[in-house]
Amino acid sequence: MDWKPNLFRRRKLYDDLSEEIRLHIEERAEQLMSEGLSPEQARRDARLAFGNRTLVEELSREVWQWPTLESLWADVRFAMRQLRRSRGFTFTAIATLALAIGANAVVFSVLNVFVLQPLDVPASQSLYALQHADAASGYISYPNYLDLRRRNHSFDGLVAYNALMVGFDAGDNPSNEWGEDASSNYFDALGIKPYLGHFFHLSDEHGSNSVPCIVLTYSFWHTRFQDDRSVVGHVVRLNGHPFTVIGVGPPGFHGTLMFFDPAFFVPMVERPLLAGTDLSARGDDSVFESMGHLKPGVTPARAIADLNSIGADLQRTYPKDVSKLTFALARPSLYGDYLGRPVRAFMAGLMLLTGLILLAACANLGSLFAARAADRAREVALRLALGASRTRILRGLFTEALLISLAGCIVGLLGSVVLLRALSAWHPIPTFPIHLEVNPDAKVYAVAVFLALISGILFGAVPVRQVLRTNPYEVVKGGAGANTGRKLNAREVLLVVQIAICAVLVTSSLVAVRGLVRSLHAHFGFDISNTMLAEADLSTAGYSGERVPAMQKRMIDALRALPGVESVGLSDALPLSVNGGDDQIVFADPVSDLRPSNAAGEVRTYRVSPDYFHAAGTTLLSGRIFVNHDDKNSPRVAIVNQEFARKLFGSTSSAIGGLYKLKDGTRIQVVGIAEDGKYDSLTEDPRPAMFFPILQSPSTSTILVVHTFPNSGNDAYLLSAAMRNVLQRLNAGLPITIEARDKPLDSTLFGPRIATIALGVLGMMGAMLSVTGIFGMAAYSVSKRLKEFGIRVALGAQRKDVLWAALGRAFRLLAIGSVAGLVLGLLATRVLAFIVYQATPRDPLVLAGVVLAMAFLGLAATWIPAQRALSVNPMILLRED
Amino acid sequence: MMILESLRRRPAHGYALVQHIQQRSNNLLQVEEGSLYPALQRLLKAKLVKAEWGVSSTNRRVRTYQITANGLRHLEQQISSFERMFEGITLVLNPGSPTVG
Repeated sequence: MDWKPNLFRRRKLYDDLSEEIRLHIEERAEQLMSEGLSPEQARRDARLAFGNRTLVEELSREVWQWPTLESLWADVRFAMRQLRRSRGFTFTAIATLALAIGANAVVFSVLNVFVLQPLDVPASQSLYALQHADAASGYISYPNYLDLRRRNHSFDGLVAYNALMVGFDAGDNPSNEWGEDASSNYFDALGIKPYLGHFFHLSDEHGSNSVPCIVLTYSFWHTRFQDDRSVVGHVVRLNGHPFTVIGVGPPGFHGTLMFFDPAFFVPMVERPLLAGTDLSARGDDSVFESMGHLKPGVTPARAIADLNSIGADLQRTYPKDVSKLTFALARPSLYGDYLGRPVRAFMAGLMLLTGLILLAACANLGSLFAARAADRAREVALRLALGASRTRILRGLFTEALLISLAGCIVGLLGSVVLLRALSAWHPIPTFPIHLEVNPDAKVYAVAVFLALISGILFGAVPVRQVLRTNPYEVVKGGAGANTGRKLNAREVLLVVQIAICAVLVTSSLVAVRGLVRSLHAHFGFDISNTMLAEADLSTAGYSGERVPAMQKRMIDALRALPGVESVGLSDALPLSVNGGDDQIVFADPVSDLRPSNAAGEVRTYRVSPDYFHAAGTTLLSGRIFVNHDDKNSPRVAIVNQEFARKLFGSTSSAIGGLYKLKDGTRIQVVGIAEDGKYDSLTEDPRPAMFFPILQSPSTSTILVVHTFPNSGNDAYLLSAAMRNVLQRLNAGLPITIEARDKPLDSTLFGPRIATIALGVLGMMGAMLSVTGIFGMAAYSVSKRLKEFGIRVALGAQRKDVLWAALGRAFRLLAIGSVAGLVLGLLATRVLAFIVYQATPRDPLVLAGVVLAMAFLGLAATWIPAQRALSVNPMILLRED
Repeated sequence: MMILESLRRRPAHGYALVQHIQQRSNNLLQVEEGSLYPALQRLLKAKLVKAEWGVSSTNRRVRTYQITANGLRHLEQQISSFERMFEGITLVLNPGSPTVG
């Protein structure tokens, strides 16, 4: 193609053409004149004979252009001019779309990271995690894991890991850090290569505590050691024990659990030293998750059969320790289905909602565009009359739509990038490293642009019929006729649906917020007001054996001596926190065959000091609290909750003095009954729990519950400083976390909060869209009927009548949509009740709130059109045409 | 095709071409004169004709079109394919009378 010279010659070509045509007409006119016509008449006939000169020139020019590209560019320029002329419209449209597309981009990129993307390890397609077939968890015991690893024929190396927190001391200031203890084949089987140094291997392992080495994750090395390469080879102290830093992991690798951001990896055989775990106990589930690559050609079904046959064999061989052991395979990144299922369901729901919002935005913009096309009916008609083709006009409209959608897409994407950055940097639970890397990638951008194009075409298509039907002659002659049909048209149905969706969102977010607020003031079986916590693990400073209870007693005494402190209790775990306690199986006293299948149930276990119940605000219903004599030399006793008493003894009254057995056969006597509480989540059903005296079952995990006198004027900040001060005086090398009692609830409330925030944000967006939707409709109908209102006013109509005529319809639609949405929303909140504690729709405040919110929306949306309708000046209006 | 045929006979400018075609068709083909120009531009672009500004016999400034070698070849192809088509149509319409041997 010789297009290059064309480009420069084009000007001349066009000039030649115009000149030629001008000469042509001139020549014809002269010819006609010579035939005896007057000059006027001749020129007119010449032009008539020639036809539409503009069109001919345009068609002729088109011969020289790349037709599509150049006319597209012309369309774009024209559309830009059009849009610049109506700034308000353009701004509204872009803002609406930016919100909708931004929301979709955010939700999609979270969905993309959590659900769609596989784990960032080599060959992740064949990587499967083991989970129990009968429960969505992957806990197994270390000996069972070893047997599964040795005896299976399906996996290329089965790896295992668990998480643990240690006191990390590199010689500067000791801190508590979370890390993973992983089987020694972890890095080799997953195919991870070190960034620095080397990793540990299976061949290094020679029994318990044989590999005292640590691998740092890249991000921890980066923040804690400022990329200091010489750190490899150094010795750091974990819980006081020396470990050699042998390597640093590759950038971006943070283990195989999506949300978890560990600081380091240590070999699992070091777990007994660091966490006091007995790895040889076949009944103790010390492996959090195990996973491996399927061998080539092995299907998941075959692998499951393989694992199940090993499981059945283990159950036969060790009936005391191994209950039913059947497996399923799942994707490892969200801990199989345990987190995977709710996260997937939630994200899918969210994606659906944002999709609906985009659709609503399209409907809005569609009606805005239709209104605009109607306003411009005269212009369109004029252009049609002048010989523009309908396709050309439609193309212009679509170009405007696409321009707006692309601009909205860009703005929306920018907003979502900012939001996602903030989300990635967010640490929702201060004591636990949460990893939320949700920065958008190319896929997200592609989806956003795709959505923008689709929606541009969607809302651009709304006025198509209108344009195609336009009869230029009628329009130019009579002005755009006011079409005030009484029938509900498609656009209005869309608007009702949209208002209903908005009402659903508003209802459910209000219900969620109310539920959250109430759950913060509910009673969970302990008191959260006037309470501070000091958390430490004595093993992180090297305490063991007899030194543990002695130190714990000194800590309690030191804190109790502080002014304003009423009582101090101690527990090894804390209900409704990350460390929410462990479960043990118990047996009714008569049972002698202590295999898991004969157990009476799993019971949440806490080891507490005598004062714990008082300090925590847990009411003792009957019996006695522990005393200091409940120690190693006296018979084992326990305080159980009501649910435990009901389950094991039938009633709370018969439980006092009753006996039951632990897994190892120890007989325990019940000495007191405590009230039920919430232990893992606010929405859980009542579950059995038991409290042991800490002197009878010692633990290094030390959580001190400090209850202060109410109204003692104690400032939480001053108190925590004082607490830290006295505790550090006891041992400066012990990492301690001090926080208010309601802080750990953050982890429990994480899910409900996220749900509430998401619903709230979506509700807001839905509300804004409804406002623009109603506004669009009201403004359109007012502007169409302005002349009618003018006549009405001139004939003496009251303001009230005009207002009703103008906006009655909008209000009726609003009412229909709101009622439908309210009903649907109340139905939907039943689902919400599973996530948010005490989310009940039967709440007058919620109902009133929804009605008020919708009325306010209606008012906000119709304010401007109402003003316009009221301010009609009949004289000016009637003079116009 | 008609334009090329006209130009083959004699180079001409736009107005003359219109006159020529109208005369030759005994005014059977009454087209808007303007529609000639897009067609001329297409021929110009395909290099089937070339144009030059000049002065006509009536002493007017005109842009004269002239058929090129390419144009001639193209015209011959067109005519022969048109004739074949025409022949086909004739055969179908008058199956009894063999017109061509």
